[in-house]
Amino acid sequence: MSADALGEPMLPVPYRVTARREESRDCVTLRLEPCDVALPPFAAGQFTMLCRPGIGEIAVSVSGDPSARDGSLTHTIRDVGAVSRALCRAQPGAVIGARGPYGTSWGLDTAVARDLVIVAGGVGLAPVRPILLGALAARDAYRRIMLVAGARSPAELLFREQLGEWATLPGVSVGLTIDQPAADWDGAVGFVTEPLARLTLEPRQTVAFVCGPEPMIRFSASVLLGKGVAAGDIRVSLERNMKCGVGLCGHCQLGPLLVCRDGPVVDYARAQSLLDVREL
Amino acid sequence: MTEAAVLSRAGLDELVAALIADGYRVIGPTRRDDAIVLAELDSGAQLPSGWGVDSAPGRYRLRRRADEAVFGHSAGSQSWKEFLHPPQQLLWSADGDGFTPARPEPVRYAFLGVRACDLAAIATLGVVLGGGAHPDGGFARRREGLFVVAAGCTEPGGVCFCASMGTGPRPGPGYDLALTERIDADGHRFVVEVGSAAGERVLSGLTHRGATGAEVEEARGAVEAAAAHMGRQMPAVDLRQLLADSRESPLWEIVADRCLTCGNCTMVCPTCFCTTTRDDTDLTGEHAQRSQHWASCFEVDFSYLHGGSVRVSGASRYRQWITHKLSTWHDQFGSSGCVGCGRCIAWCPVGIDITAEATRLAELREAGEAGEDESGEQS
Amino acid sequence: MSSPEQLGGFPVFDRLTVAQRALVAEVAREVTFTAGTRLFDEGQPASGCWLIRAGQVALETAVPGRGQVVVHTLGQGDVLGWSWLVPPHRWHFSATATGAVRAVQLETTRLLVLADADPALGYPLALGFFEILLGRLQSTRSRLLDLYGSPRER
Repeated sequence: MSADALGEPMLPVPYRVTARREESRDCVTLRLEPCDVALPPFAAGQFTMLCRPGIGEIAVSVSGDPSARDGSLTHTIRDVGAVSRALCRAQPGAVIGARGPYGTSWGLDTAVARDLVIVAGGVGLAPVRPILLGALAARDAYRRIMLVAGARSPAELLFREQLGEWATLPGVSVGLTIDQPAADWDGAVGFVTEPLARLTLEPRQTVAFVCGPEPMIRFSASVLLGKGVAAGDIRVSLERNMKCGVGLCGHCQLGPLLVCRDGPVVDYARAQSLLDVREL
Repeated sequence: MTEAAVLSRAGLDELVAALIADGYRVIGPTRRDDAIVLAELDSGAQLPSGWGVDSAPGRYRLRRRADEAVFGHSAGSQSWKEFLHPPQQLLWSADGDGFTPARPEPVRYAFLGVRACDLAAIATLGVVLGGGAHPDGGFARRREGLFVVAAGCTEPGGVCFCASMGTGPRPGPGYDLALTERIDADGHRFVVEVGSAAGERVLSGLTHRGATGAEVEEARGAVEAAAAHMGRQMPAVDLRQLLADSRESPLWEIVADRCLTCGNCTMVCPTCFCTTTRDDTDLTGEHAQRSQHWASCFEVDFSYLHGGSVRVSGASRYRQWITHKLSTWHDQFGSSGCVGCGRCIAWCPVGIDITAEATRLAELREAGEAGEDESGEQS
Repeated sequence: MSSPEQLGGFPVFDRLTVAQRALVAEVAREVTFTAGTRLFDEGQPASGCWLIRAGQVALETAVPGRGQVVVHTLGQGDVLGWSWLVPPHRWHFSATATGAVRAVQLETTRLLVLADADPALGYPLALGFFEILLGRLQSTRSRLLDLYGSPRER
């Protein structure tokens, strides 16, 4: 019986770490498989509440392939606090509590037959990875796929090998850029809005997906709007403090939105006026 | 529908005893520590006979009444949410691989003396905690087993404004029995209206007589008359739109000068529902548990994200609270979050009055629009 | 010499009339650079402006102990070279083609003469450069925010 059917939406389902990969100095990808019962299938953009029993629980977006449907969950976690650190340190065999899937999805199915522009900053590359995996798994359903990703340094660029593979695929372009000068890098140096601005788009044929720190989302959306992409075609992934993930604790409010329920993916026509208000 | 009845003062004591005999834990007003406190009743003798309340912004005092009314007071600092949505509860415990929900023994509460505002608040909480895609089972179970005896108000308190919020003073649907207390030359009695089959069943076991049409009308009239005597009211504007228009209002900095962000308002508000979780472990680390506690959007860490909080200033936190209560609650849950009980006004240490702030916001909005119309002039 | 149409791909000239664009086209020509070509050196008198059609140019400076540090890269659609506009008219950074580069090169000495002679040309031209500079400043400021940094570091 599902946690919801029991009326226990806060009850985690036990999952076990079956693979662990260090992506960078402070990011780890965990592959989780159910100890017993699996959670319902996830869509790209949704998130799971992950806990290390006794330490705490946080909301983490899925970073794996949504079409895999093997009951496993893949999450890329950045060590920024006590709970994320504990999750990053979890070794294969460790038990992690999971609740989900929660939230709105990127809505890939409503972007068919269009160009996909994916803009990611920092660890924001993790929640957009399922977009790429999903689109490439059904390649003919979409037109051009353009990924633009920024990171602070080459060492902090996630999934580099996979990005390199994707860049070789026909109809797929990958523009990477770093913020800070680096000795071992001969690629672009500049903020992520710069390679984004250089893209040639057919704005009415474009759906954009933006994920990263909020100022980066605002600046990138500004560039996209300047290129004629409609605000309703720009989908952004928002973050707020979450304690329950199910609309009961009140923490994740952004004005009228409950980010756990009306987000995390919100279109910019709705989000813009909210993101522009200080301390909302 | 059963006809209205009349209970004597002794009949009210019988009601309490009957509910206890039925296995209910009866919660009702009592007098304790110079305040009206909701507590478990062993008998109707524990009701605060003859006590009334003087309330004003930042002020709450009991006063002796000239009569022995048991419902002759307005709301104390607590509300019924304390019982339906407890301040602390254990959610689950974990050993090894498994997570086990904490399933406390089901409690059947009978609430005695629920005002119209508080009845509306229970319904509002019901939408938030029980009406979403992931209902809180504990809340749902507690509410399902609930027996509600409402009390119509004939003397509004000094901070009440239920009439302008459309929630009272007459209790809306959701009660099993509704009492209107009458004390006059004809004695101390309660006109009883039945709201459910359960209410009818309980009433039938008590000593009572049928109420005359005139008695019912008189009782209703007394409650309706209370609507004209409210101490305060919300401005006659669309509050939802007003707050949505006021995100950049100069009011927030003005209120921030007074607001202590103490969170009292959120504690006493009968619809504030925010909670936080805490994960604990024993010393061996092999046994873990999660508990849930009331939280307040006034806490600095409430909006903690990426090493700091989104809402740091007191101005932003006050704006969040009042905007959620009067405006974005509509977007999230389909109604206003405010029931007009006035507790936030009485229990604010500096006496901030939500109705006065809403009025000021409306004035500032109008002034702002007028200033825009006059080209070149600053208002 | 470039043709006025060929300048159309660069927003810096959006405010110019067709006739004005024809004037600018007279001082513009298509150029190519092979990988590794140094376009200009830091400290040298600044003359020349390049509108990049394809390829990547690295702006760099020498930092003792760190070698040549690439502080910014420019690509398709970007304008390279500003220091010719205002004193001290010296390059602030060096510019190197990191791969093959195709660009429109402007003879800025002649361009300045044209702009000085006719403010009706000079003003929209200056605004065009200003707009791009503003965008460059905004993205540089965004990098300063260190948005991808960890809260643990602050």
